[in-house]
Amino acid sequence: MTMTIWQGVITVAVVAFGTILTRFLPFIVFPESKEPPRVIDYLGSVLPYAMTGLLVVYALRNTPILTGSHGIPELIACAVIVLLHWWKRNMLLSIASGTIVYMLLVQLVF
Amino acid sequence: MRVKALKAAFPLTVPICMGFLFLGASYGMLMGTKGFSFVWPMCMSAFIFAGSMEFVTVNLLLSAFNPLAAFLLALMVNARHLFYGLSMLSKFKGLGWKRPYLIYGMCDETFAINSSARIPQDVDRGWFYLWVTLFNQSYWVVGATVGGLIGSHLQFNTEGLEFVLTALFLVIFLDQWLGGKHHERLSAVIGVLASLICLVIFGADDFMIPALVAMLVLFMALRPYLDTLKPETQTETDDTVINHTEAHQQ
Repeated sequence: MTMTIWQGVITVAVVAFGTILTRFLPFIVFPESKEPPRVIDYLGSVLPYAMTGLLVVYALRNTPILTGSHGIPELIACAVIVLLHWWKRNMLLSIASGTIVYMLLVQLVF
Repeated sequence: MRVKALKAAFPLTVPICMGFLFLGASYGMLMGTKGFSFVWPMCMSAFIFAGSMEFVTVNLLLSAFNPLAAFLLALMVNARHLFYGLSMLSKFKGLGWKRPYLIYGMCDETFAINSSARIPQDVDRGWFYLWVTLFNQSYWVVGATVGGLIGSHLQFNTEGLEFVLTALFLVIFLDQWLGGKHHERLSAVIGVLASLICLVIFGADDFMIPALVAMLVLFMALRPYLDTLKPETQTETDDTVINHTEAHQQ
């Protein structure tokens, strides 16, 4: 760690506060006594699906497409996860297999 | 009341127990191999309790000290929680002292269970939510702490272990896709396309906020189409209004 202990503690505290804020904000803006507008219900029903899509892109955002391995290990590991999950629908199995395949590929092949 | 709710809640958290012990341990081990004491993953998993943000924070701790950037990044990475909150506004109504902890501990998986669970009539709703939240957080903290303890003594090559997080998101995405209907899949496609286009335009470090804005704009523009396709949401809202009125009358 390049930071001092206290700088690290402050960083963690600030991240925790930011996270807590995102969780509490809707409940602060729309308190128990008030009925939220209809549009908020609509957004709450469609956004979770879009957010997971964003997280997948976010997790893969630094994949080197034009250089190095050209993202081939990521592509193979993701394909393994998709096929395995489609077949077995076992969350833990899909995650563990995909990760092990990826680790083998980046350590031994690429 | 508590025991009954516990019996109803615990079985639903068992898959998350396995997932969180594994993922939490991976996270703890990652920190361990980067030279952190187990106290770091233990405290971070308890206080931040947002898996993806904890992985991101490991990188923050290894770069230059910049609390403002860390705070903004936490808001950006966790902006999705805003929408979890919006979805649980009515369900968390009237739960008293349990409510703040339920909001504090609402990670992706806890939200998934609490928002979708069909709680039996004779089970206390507040205690059910509380047990789910508490169990899930315990699994995560135990996993991260044990991983941190193992990590610094582990002699195997962990290159690529970070992919466990990508795998988690992809699997949640696939679960939603396979279990979703037409308009839910369309919402997922909008999320992926908006993110990909913004990633190409703005680059890996700056695409999150433009992507969130793009999604909001798209969803507002497509509301007549996506909203009318969701009659069950309409019913839900009507139910809420009715319950609300009943509560008022009582």
